[in-house]
Amino acid sequence: MAQLVCKALSLGYEGRCVVNGLNFQVNQGDYICIAGENGSGKTTLMKTLLHLTPPLGGEIITDESFSLEEIGYLPQQRQPQSDFVASVYEIVLSGTIARLKNRAFYGKAEKQTALNSMERFGILDLRKKSFRSLSGGQQQRVLLARAYCAAGKMLLLDEPVSGLDPKFAAEMYDIIEGLHEDGMTILMISHDRKALDYADHVLHIGDTLFFGTTEEYLKSPLGKTFYAYGGE
Amino acid sequence: MGEIITYFQYPFVRYALITGVLISLCTALLGVPLVLRRFSYIGDGLSHVAFGALAIASVLHLTNQMLLVLPVTILCAVLLLRTGQNTLIKGDAAIAMLSVSALALGYLLMHLFSVSSNISGDVCSTLFGSSSILTLDRTRVLLCTVLSLLVTIFFILYYNRIFTVTFDETFARATGVRAGLCNLLFAIVIAVVIVLAMNLVGSLLISALVIFPALSAMRLFHSFKSVTVAACLISVFCTAIGTLFSILCEAPVGAAIVACDMVVFLICAGAAKALRLGR
Repeated sequence: MAQLVCKALSLGYEGRCVVNGLNFQVNQGDYICIAGENGSGKTTLMKTLLHLTPPLGGEIITDESFSLEEIGYLPQQRQPQSDFVASVYEIVLSGTIARLKNRAFYGKAEKQTALNSMERFGILDLRKKSFRSLSGGQQQRVLLARAYCAAGKMLLLDEPVSGLDPKFAAEMYDIIEGLHEDGMTILMISHDRKALDYADHVLHIGDTLFFGTTEEYLKSPLGKTFYAYGGE
Repeated sequence: MGEIITYFQYPFVRYALITGVLISLCTALLGVPLVLRRFSYIGDGLSHVAFGALAIASVLHLTNQMLLVLPVTILCAVLLLRTGQNTLIKGDAAIAMLSVSALALGYLLMHLFSVSSNISGDVCSTLFGSSSILTLDRTRVLLCTVLSLLVTIFFILYYNRIFTVTFDETFARATGVRAGLCNLLFAIVIAVVIVLAMNLVGSLLISALVIFPALSAMRLFHSFKSVTVAACLISVFCTAIGTLFSILCEAPVGAAIVACDMVVFLICAGAAKALRLGR
């Protein structure tokens, strides 16, 4: 079942077009890796799917059974955020904020969701710790747990493993794979060749566009040249 | 001690204390998210804008100067918090630019169209806070109380949204928080608080009221909630002590409060270091 269909989508920001004529489809349970060079519009694509940036052309059709609020988002890690004064619990709980609607405070249901999410990502015992005292890998897990709180059916991950050492990166892939096995749709931006071991589809954006299964991608000239340098 | 009790019999002392405590509660509440968003200097910038607007208002001989000062400050707050969304450098450069221009313009206007015989006295009291907090009348105290209560209620009701937007605006927007509205309300509230606080410490020292309690609290606490609560307590405590000190020693109120904030910050920083070494 298609959750999202993008037709002839043009992407850009501040009036500048970066991608033209993008066509792809996201089915429930897909694991899609979004590849492409820096500045090719990968993050812009995510922001457009989240309705943060309006598309310059084309359309995004979402299935009736699927609403925007069911997407969880893991933004690219920015530096200033890393020294923020907040406990792990506060951050994960803020993932449920969409459910507040017009309420001012979190209720039992939201708190339970946050606890479950922390348990799932193995950070329950860190819940009272301050975010800035955590390692990069732990911080990334906290942010993923927050995204998971918001995600009903789909997760958008923007470079979830960048800056992590290989051990943490492998752990991260395992966690994401676990979510995928539970039926979560995954869209992940990654420069890492390893991501293709997990993804079933690849969307390559840049001068040449590609959308197809990972196998097809790796056989295509585009995939061969892009990863000729061993990815990152 | 007996001296203090005697002073409390005067209504102006009680008024000054009530107003001061309420305003410092508001600045501390807003200070935590502002410091975390790298907007520490917004208090400074906006208070200079308010100073410039005040100069224009007195040149124009407006009877109610707040009618000009408040809208101008609110407008600048909205614009500043908006440009800040794009890049950080843009935001802090914009604040610095606005801050000095407003200060210069205000001072220039006051000189060119001098309305009072004692310009430097006037300027000095707007910048460093006059003893006018000790001459507040009942209506102004009431106004301050109502506005401070509104600010506190706004903060409590929007607490979770403010936290989410402050921590990660992109994520907040992606999950459907109306971050634009939240920022707009926040900008209006901060402008109101700064105009209120000008009475107390003057425009140069407002930054101190905004950043010191938050920074002190951040030395010792590590969750957003505990930092917010601690910042409020520290701020209220410092203002109370500072005001009492200035009444007893006939020192300027604003400077005394800021000095008190500074001492508490140093104590907190020292305590944090000692705790870390002890571990």
